[in-house]
Amino acid sequence: MSDAAHVHGHDDHAHHAHPNGIMRWLTTTNHKDIGTMYLWFALIMLFSAGTMALLIRAELFQPGLQLTNPDFFNQLTTMHGLIMIFGAIMPAFTGFANWQVPLMLGAPDMAFPRMNNWSFWLLPVAGLMLMSSFLLPGGAVAGGWTMYPPLFIQGGISYDLTILAVHIMGLSSIMGSINIITTILNMRAPGLTLMKMPLFCWTWLITAYLLIATMPVLAGAVTMLLTDRNFGTSFFNAAGGGDPVMFQHIFWFFGHPEVYILILPAFGIVSSIIPTFARKPLFGYASMVYATASIAILSFIVWAHHMFAVGMPAAAQLFFMFSTMLIAVPTGVKVFNWVATMWQGSMTFETPMLFAIAFVCLFTIGGFSGLVLAIAPVDIQLHDTYYVVAHFHYVLVSGALFSIFAGIYYWLPKWSGHMYDETLGKWHFWLSVIGMNIVFFPMHFLGLAGMPRRIPDYALQFTEFNQIATVGAFIFGFSQLIFLVVVLKAARGGVKATDRVWEGAEGLEWTLPSPAPYHTFETAPVVK
Amino acid sequence: MSIRQRAVMAGTAWAVSQPVWAEYAYNLQIPASKVAQDVFDLHNLIMLVCLGIFIVVFGAMFYSLLKHRKSVGHKAAHFHENTTVEVIWTVIPFVILMGMAYPAAKVVIDMKDTSNPDISIKITGYQWKWGYTYLNDGVSFYSTLSTPRDQIEGTAAKGENYLLEVDEPMVVPVGKRVRLLITANDVIHSWWVPALGAKQDAIPGFIRDSWFKADKIGTYRGQCVELCGKDHGFMPIVVEVVSEADYQAWVEKKKGAASSAAADNDKTFDQAELMARGEKVYAGNCAACHQANGMGLPGVFLPINGSKVATGPVDAHISTVLNGRPGTAMAAFGGQLSDADIAAVVTYQRNAWDNKTGDAVQPAQIAAARGGAEAAAPAAQ
Repeated sequence: MSDAAHVHGHDDHAHHAHPNGIMRWLTTTNHKDIGTMYLWFALIMLFSAGTMALLIRAELFQPGLQLTNPDFFNQLTTMHGLIMIFGAIMPAFTGFANWQVPLMLGAPDMAFPRMNNWSFWLLPVAGLMLMSSFLLPGGAVAGGWTMYPPLFIQGGISYDLTILAVHIMGLSSIMGSINIITTILNMRAPGLTLMKMPLFCWTWLITAYLLIATMPVLAGAVTMLLTDRNFGTSFFNAAGGGDPVMFQHIFWFFGHPEVYILILPAFGIVSSIIPTFARKPLFGYASMVYATASIAILSFIVWAHHMFAVGMPAAAQLFFMFSTMLIAVPTGVKVFNWVATMWQGSMTFETPMLFAIAFVCLFTIGGFSGLVLAIAPVDIQLHDTYYVVAHFHYVLVSGALFSIFAGIYYWLPKWSGHMYDETLGKWHFWLSVIGMNIVFFPMHFLGLAGMPRRIPDYALQFTEFNQIATVGAFIFGFSQLIFLVVVLKAARGGVKATDRVWEGAEGLEWTLPSPAPYHTFETAPVVK
Repeated sequence: MSIRQRAVMAGTAWAVSQPVWAEYAYNLQIPASKVAQDVFDLHNLIMLVCLGIFIVVFGAMFYSLLKHRKSVGHKAAHFHENTTVEVIWTVIPFVILMGMAYPAAKVVIDMKDTSNPDISIKITGYQWKWGYTYLNDGVSFYSTLSTPRDQIEGTAAKGENYLLEVDEPMVVPVGKRVRLLITANDVIHSWWVPALGAKQDAIPGFIRDSWFKADKIGTYRGQCVELCGKDHGFMPIVVEVVSEADYQAWVEKKKGAASSAAADNDKTFDQAELMARGEKVYAGNCAACHQANGMGLPGVFLPINGSKVATGPVDAHISTVLNGRPGTAMAAFGGQLSDADIAAVVTYQRNAWDNKTGDAVQPAQIAAARGGAEAAAPAAQ
């Protein structure tokens, strides 16, 4: 896709002094270039953290220690989590926002193009810092992606490096969010009111507010860790008057909205795709907007459901249990609306639609296990077991990641100007959806039977389901290579895409030529 | 959906393992206390509700996927909102949730009620073992993993209770309310025995409580469930629920063992006795980090073999073991080990491997290092 956009850029704007090679990418302020870089960065991180996941699953194929020692195993689980969340899923969604928000709004670019460049280029720096910590004395961080003290206080130099990397990634997210909010509020085409803009823009607008509200909270939490580690403070040290549990409150005040940061843009992508392939407008647009906003607001008052096992008073447990259960209502509205959009449609099942349907179905399984975990007494049994691992992977793999795949297949023809290989796309879909269920469905049973998470070795009764999960992980992991092939093929050539691309596609981006020219909507379109 | 998943799972299981079908557990462990039973029932109820909703919603979706497709010539309708329907499917889930919240709240309140215990046990998490102190009966001990290293490394066949067995289980009488006062010494741990329905994070510097009342005599196993460092997966919990008479006999036996251990602190040992005892203490307390060969793990845990501490002045060595190194993973063992054990392990560290200092450290030296007042109160707690 990048090559096509590049060539086109020169055709249109040869009169600009336009650097070539690496300088072009380093200095670009073009939202399409930056979106492309975000997406490639996310893909590289996905494969890095995915490799770690395969190492984890290989170690867990049978009881006993075979491939890793317990310390390295903890490094793998920690880094897998950090990199998947901050390196793969979040940058991928920001990549979509960069490409699609201006195209959907009829805007020429993002509101702050230079800041846009800066917010991307911070990410590879942070990513490199995280990855290189494997090479430092003592290895990478091994205290879990949640960084709980006092364990996190014990680690070596890579722990400080990770804190710095988290700061940089947070900075990048905040700048990206400022850009997205400003673009959406100020740069919509004439006539495109807020309640007419595509739901993807709505979900990202709300996500961006969540990011701005919570990233500084995370920054505060990790800064306190840094000073506890290096400068003798005692924020989280009981011996000095602090409280280790305070970290968890602060962390999850960030962490729960973060969960929705990772899923709201997915809702937006799926809400774009289902109407296109059902050839029918999105059902309940207004209620979708209100449901998204409700989820975002509720996300600030549910954080302690991650902490039922720390021992809260009964009143606090009840409050957090009830508020968490309440989230099921707006989430349910969304699922019902998607099904109602399909209902009485005229559906076809190209790869984006397949991933979107799998998203609706499997994300709902993650939602149900979330409801089970919201019930405090049940959560106390299942907290920190594989049930939780199963739950959040249903939400983040078949939720967030599948929506990213769906979005790439959906918009890649617009970005690259070429149709992707539909046969390979279907192979990728079926292997992913089957593989994903083989990995994560048995984990529910492991958790119910009592297998704790984050352990490198396990008791014999957990063997069979772990073996099944490992086989599934390798099917799932290696089928992602198909995705790489599909993307590279479409970037290099293939069947020319039409401007509309999909028969049922609606929206400003489909009025542009394919591939979208380097500069678009220099004169704003008028929306009636 | 679920049929396909079942089929795929069953097929894969057949292919990759020698199926022992009895091992496939699909639900929570069989409860051995009322709270665990309540949670079990609550979970089943919620699963049934979820399953019902899933079938209705995705039944509709899959019907639509089959019938409302372009390839069968279905023409798209153009409706895109319906206030009545939207209100209905906001209100119905809300009502269902209220129905779930009520029984859940009752269990929460029951779980949090730790009043009127028959016995109280203080549980302390350490990297990586559990300490138990019976507040009513004056019994105190540590409980560490007893699975041999060679089973973990795969050089010996794994036993039936691999990784779920300890040297000293926690013993409680059946049918008695046991109140647990849970804390930790270093980092956060979490004490969990699934069949008893008790899980509570162990937080250093704070005491949180939980309780259980075991209904049936038996052995119940659990594990630490909060990531606590390298050997998080290797600090299991075993609770033996016994009759009241057996419990009393056990208490007497533990008290006898404690008084003979205390007597050791006044003895003088020869080098060979110290080395033999020290090797055991080292294996139970030091080897997890510093390794059996004393080499530590490069960059993570320092070596003892050839170290300045273990070959330098004896007093500094004793002080390191007694007080730990604040801000690092090196714990203070002064509160965990008796004078005799510390004397033995220091002697062992100073003479094992290449550290041939020839020193023999006696319990009296440890008592002196603890300082006058503390000398009277060693690990007996």
